[in-house]
Amino acid sequence: MAKVPPEKELVSYSLKPDTTAEWMDTPTEFREGMFCHAAKPKDLETVDFPFPHKWSPSDEDWGLPENWKEIILDGMKDRLDKYRSFRLFMDVCVRCGACADKCHFFMGTGDPKNMPVLRAELLRSIYRRYFTTSGKLFGKLVGARDLTEDVLKEWWYYFFQCTECRRCSAFCPYGIDQAEITIMGRELINLLGLNTEWISGPVANCYMKGNHVGLEPQTIVSNIEFLMEDLEDITGKHIEPSFNRKGAEILFVVPSGDYYADPGIYTFMGYLLLFDHLGLDYTLSTYASEGGNFGFFTTNEMAKRLNSKIYAEAKRLGVKWILGGECGHMWRVMNQYMDTWNGPADFLEVPKSPITGTVFENAASTKMIHITEFTADLIYHNKLKFDKSRNDHLVVTYHDSCNTARAMGLLEEPRYILKAICNNFYEMPEETIREKTLCCGSGSGLNAGEDMELRMRGGFPRAEAVREVRDKYGVNTLTNICAIDRASFPALMDYWVPGVRVAGVHELVANALILDENDDRQLDMRMEELPSAVAKREAEAARAAEEAAKAAEAQSDGEPKEGDAE
Amino acid sequence: MKVVGPLIVVLALVGIAWCCTEYLHWYALFGLVIPYVAFALFIIGLIVRIVRWARSAVPFRIPTTCGQQKSFSWIKQAKLDNPSSKAGVFGRMVLEVLTFRSLFRNNKVEKRDSKLGYTSAKWLFIGALLFHWSMLIIILRHMRLVLDPVPQFFQILEQADGFLQIGLPLLYISDVLIVVGLGFLLARRFAIKKVRYISLSVDFFPLFLLLGIAISGIIMRYGFRVDVAGVKEVMLGLVTFHPVPADQLSTILFVHLFLVCTLMVYFPWSKLMHAPGVFFSPTRNLANNSRAVRHVNPWNYPVKVHTYAEYQEEYGEKMKSVGLPLDPEVVSTNG
Repeated sequence: MAKVPPEKELVSYSLKPDTTAEWMDTPTEFREGMFCHAAKPKDLETVDFPFPHKWSPSDEDWGLPENWKEIILDGMKDRLDKYRSFRLFMDVCVRCGACADKCHFFMGTGDPKNMPVLRAELLRSIYRRYFTTSGKLFGKLVGARDLTEDVLKEWWYYFFQCTECRRCSAFCPYGIDQAEITIMGRELINLLGLNTEWISGPVANCYMKGNHVGLEPQTIVSNIEFLMEDLEDITGKHIEPSFNRKGAEILFVVPSGDYYADPGIYTFMGYLLLFDHLGLDYTLSTYASEGGNFGFFTTNEMAKRLNSKIYAEAKRLGVKWILGGECGHMWRVMNQYMDTWNGPADFLEVPKSPITGTVFENAASTKMIHITEFTADLIYHNKLKFDKSRNDHLVVTYHDSCNTARAMGLLEEPRYILKAICNNFYEMPEETIREKTLCCGSGSGLNAGEDMELRMRGGFPRAEAVREVRDKYGVNTLTNICAIDRASFPALMDYWVPGVRVAGVHELVANALILDENDDRQLDMRMEELPSAVAKREAEAARAAEEAAKAAEAQSDGEPKEGDAE
Repeated sequence: MKVVGPLIVVLALVGIAWCCTEYLHWYALFGLVIPYVAFALFIIGLIVRIVRWARSAVPFRIPTTCGQQKSFSWIKQAKLDNPSSKAGVFGRMVLEVLTFRSLFRNNKVEKRDSKLGYTSAKWLFIGALLFHWSMLIIILRHMRLVLDPVPQFFQILEQADGFLQIGLPLLYISDVLIVVGLGFLLARRFAIKKVRYISLSVDFFPLFLLLGIAISGIIMRYGFRVDVAGVKEVMLGLVTFHPVPADQLSTILFVHLFLVCTLMVYFPWSKLMHAPGVFFSPTRNLANNSRAVRHVNPWNYPVKVHTYAEYQEEYGEKMKSVGLPLDPEVVSTNG
């Protein structure tokens, strides 16, 4: 893991960048800590990606094929016809600058090439040069430039300094979405075998083993059994999760981070405790064991290949509908791509909650709903009993993950749940939440170790907003519904806002959920004492101390002789 | 260079129009041929560009959602910022096109040491509104030059625009505001470092050109006080394809007209296409209903996948070892 400079050094940048030289004349400097390792050839080979080869971003020679320019330009031409978004966004930008200070990477680095408009111009300048008459005729005069290796490297550096969060798009008067441009840029880069290890590794894993983290079926089962043991220690309930079971009503798909690592695992325990409590007829799948989709950060085709497993497995198992866990880009894919790629899911039924009878018409075609929709509906129909005080040790704020906010609009459901399960909930500043939410800085496959400085910088605006509510309200818990958030926020919080823990919404649901009248749990999902338990213990200790004091008093009243105490 | 160049070009255009009509008396060229050619190029260019966009596919439904989705009856949907129906999309587009809703959302981030602050930033929104609305009103006002009789709507609009009753001829509010708007948009390209940095010559050129058009129009009206009836006769002739000689018209009118012709020729091949472009933007003109209604990708094609059968073939033994059920019905393509 790259060493991150101290906070003072990191915040020494200015948002008024030095603009004396023209951006086209400013060379790209590859700074250690700001980029990821190169893809390993074997990972690219696994999924038949072009030009697997050994190279490194810091090398002078990237081992490009002889005809690389032709490949890139043909690739652009192809995509200009296939994606109206791409063609339009190349054409209509007026460079008004509204997006300039909306990007968390600009806000955290002050690097002018991280202004979305300029990051897009990196590609637009090539578009003009090779695909427009004015660019061919007037070149630099109209903002066109030749495609060179330096340009390609610049693309690589900056298209991996974009998390496809779409915040710029919310502010653009034409809706120009840098995510679309980054997606196209990465597709082009991918044509030359220039992906990153942190993306192509999980893609290869997911393709072969069904999940990003590369767990084989037996490991998934044992991991989850281990979590169920913890859950039994906490709640006294023995839960038998079901895997690959034909005829279940619901296929439950989560991001693999949720059954793999802290703190996602607590959220996962929360899901399964809730399902067990409801007696839900669900099954997990080891084949479709990934909700997320790192393929989405390489090519549209790869994303579709990985995503195909979910419908295929739903069909094989004969389930009625699909329930999805808390994840960010997973839900961009489920909401905006899955049905188009791999649908129609006419072998499934419109999701219907077996508990409340609610039919989820908003998922009438995909047949897949988000777990916060499912749980919010339960709460609305009074199907769950909560002891909010079990979350009293947590002062909670909520981070909208970029994709559920700006590619779906799932804003109120998680808030509705949070308000039902905890007493201390505070929003971060208005300009940093909901559709204006700020990215964790690690999305779209940037949550590696070697680019830690980039992540700390990109996440700074979010962390700064957390710091504000920590200082104002004593917030100590950052909740979210995104596996990348859960994986990346702990490091971000440790760096900028120490003392703030990171939790999924369903972790807190499970804390507060009253299973039955005998449920007098002492521990939360992290096996830490619940506030009630702490209070009880303290009260007992106090009482014991009081009694001891009384006894001592009584004894001293009786003027005990030495040694009587024994 | 990116500022001076475009300025020189616009000044040169002014000079050319002036010399060619004032001294060379090429009235037919500047009053007849060029306007026809420019208008034809404008229309052809528009069609070519729009058809090119339209032919490019919309494979996915990718609206940028800026509010609550439609889920439950008891959660209020942001019907305009996150539309799920055609009506909602229409509303969103109307707000976007007529009121620049996304620009209204704009804010400004400021950094002090290790703190970030967000402040309101409505100037760009105001400047953009000033310019675009003035431009629209001015174009509509010009309709009186090509329509006879002038429909009441345009008469009322003209009266409203001159309601301040200042000077003679009456001062149009839109004339003042368009110059203010353009001046502001130009000034911020100089004043705001970030915007200056991203600006290209092609960002300055249309501003200078439009300023040239506005200023020449204003000078024509308030300075030279051109004969409006005479202008109308020529314009009517042009649009009815019965041109009348334009020799008696003032030179400043030819300058104005030539700059407008330049704009028409330039428009379809420039960023000014953002005007029709906004209607095509997939992040704005699509409903967020892709879970309820299937969106079809016209070029969707089958892809190579790793099937369950292959998976079971590879991991069957390991699955058995932890008691996972094996599916007897699947047959691996490999085996």
